[in-house]
Amino acid sequence: MSMPFYVPAEQMMKDKADFARKGIARGRALVALFYADGILICAENSSSTLRKVSEIYDRIAFAGAGKYNEYDRLRIAGVRHADLKGYSFSREDVDAQSLANAYAQMLGDVFTHEIKPMEVEIVVAELGGDATEDRLFHILYDGTVVDEQGYSVLGGEADSILERVKRTYEPGRPLDAALRTAVAALTGGDRQLVAEELEVAVLSRNNGRRAFRRLSDDEVARALADQGGETPGGEAPGGEAADSQTADGDAGQGGETGEGQDS
Amino acid sequence: MTLPTFRADDDPGPSFLDVLRRAGGEPRWGALPRDISPHEITHGTTVAAIRYADGVVMAGDRRATAGNLISHRTMEKVFPADRHSGVAIAGAAGPAVEMVKLFQLQLEHYEKVEGGELSLEGKANQLGQMVRSHLPAAMQGFVVVPLFAGFDVRRGVGRLFEYDVTGGRYEESDFAATGSGSLHAGTVIKMGFRPQLDRTDAVELLINALFQAADEDSATGGPDLVRGIYPVVATITADGFERLDDTEVAEHFRALLDRLSTAGTTTTGTSPTIDGGESR
Repeated sequence: MSMPFYVPAEQMMKDKADFARKGIARGRALVALFYADGILICAENSSSTLRKVSEIYDRIAFAGAGKYNEYDRLRIAGVRHADLKGYSFSREDVDAQSLANAYAQMLGDVFTHEIKPMEVEIVVAELGGDATEDRLFHILYDGTVVDEQGYSVLGGEADSILERVKRTYEPGRPLDAALRTAVAALTGGDRQLVAEELEVAVLSRNNGRRAFRRLSDDEVARALADQGGETPGGEAPGGEAADSQTADGDAGQGGETGEGQDS
Repeated sequence: MTLPTFRADDDPGPSFLDVLRRAGGEPRWGALPRDISPHEITHGTTVAAIRYADGVVMAGDRRATAGNLISHRTMEKVFPADRHSGVAIAGAAGPAVEMVKLFQLQLEHYEKVEGGELSLEGKANQLGQMVRSHLPAAMQGFVVVPLFAGFDVRRGVGRLFEYDVTGGRYEESDFAATGSGSLHAGTVIKMGFRPQLDRTDAVELLINALFQAADEDSATGGPDLVRGIYPVVATITADGFERLDDTEVAEHFRALLDRLSTAGTTTTGTSPTIDGGESR
């Protein structure tokens, strides 16, 4: 008769956490940050159909990094949660905090009870009446909730990107400048991302009831082209940048998108 | 509230109604007591819509009645369903407003979950299914009959749909009217309708129709000049659903009233005089 192996709880949790972190690190990163009219979310994503950033409710947005099918399931659960809550109470009673807590419960439960933890990190952003009421909840694979101030970074190489955002972030920037900050932080200045490789959306106080809006590739390209005398983190002039971008773009695609599910 | 999650083989998909049913929050109009008199239930009345050059214009009066009493003077019966469509309701006010609320949610929920809008045809069918599932309550007197109109962004035209209580869905090419004053409103529109009307003419025709319906039907409210309450008029075009400003609607009514009073059409009490009254 076989005996089950004894595995200490610490070891099991550590193994699970390592597994989840590895899965998340394979995905590409995204940056969420506050700007003058609301919250900007900018993700590196070459797919124009498999979204990482989406609308949850009137003033709430969602973004996920890691395994696509897992965070997409969380996204849909969030939409259902918000719509049910708005229907049974009122639209203004739907808030990001309770949604973030619900996500944390679910991720925490899966992390503790299931064999495989979810390989995802998500951010729930909520637009307030003014800039002081904007919220950014960052929820980790094990259900840890972090109430972020001003910006949040998810996905692969999050630490180095976070360092760059920390150095260059300033609250109250206009949209174009905020977007350039985010993109510069994602690339680190040693490569370039074009509009087609980015997925950008905002929660803006100028958008009426449904604050969520996606930026088209054209809009993103315009914002990135207009350097505005300020290039946080980026120093390459036009010609060289174009060369290095194609080289890096190819290398990145070959190496990273082995599994189509990771994005 | 916990997150509503489902097994992959048991997932309600992009339908909010199905999610709501699983959560046990679905409104059940089927199990109503049979002896509620119509005097206890608030009813909404005339709504109408016309196709014109840029899309569709729809309008509804503001009166709600309970039996022969006016229960509400400022009721709204024309609502945006989403960016490019609108819904107007007549019938039992409670279930009708609830149906609109659910319909709006259903469309928005679909759009968020699927990442794209339903086709206009799909929206019209959805509303038909909602009317049909309301049939048990309709059989007990709580009839809800909506009008649905929208701008079909894929085809680039305005379209409008009528329903009956069984959920039957009928696309109309020119105009549609429903509610207690719909016979009169529909006749007025029928007489004045031309294809490809411009915006002003279409609004004018619709306002005339509502005025005449209110003139003949006690349950339909006319313009309330004393309180400044006017019917809700909205256009749906490529630019989306847009409700007309009250001042614009008021101007149309004032122009109509001027026209009617100078023309001396107040024929109350006098008999028609085909032969100039010589036969008496």
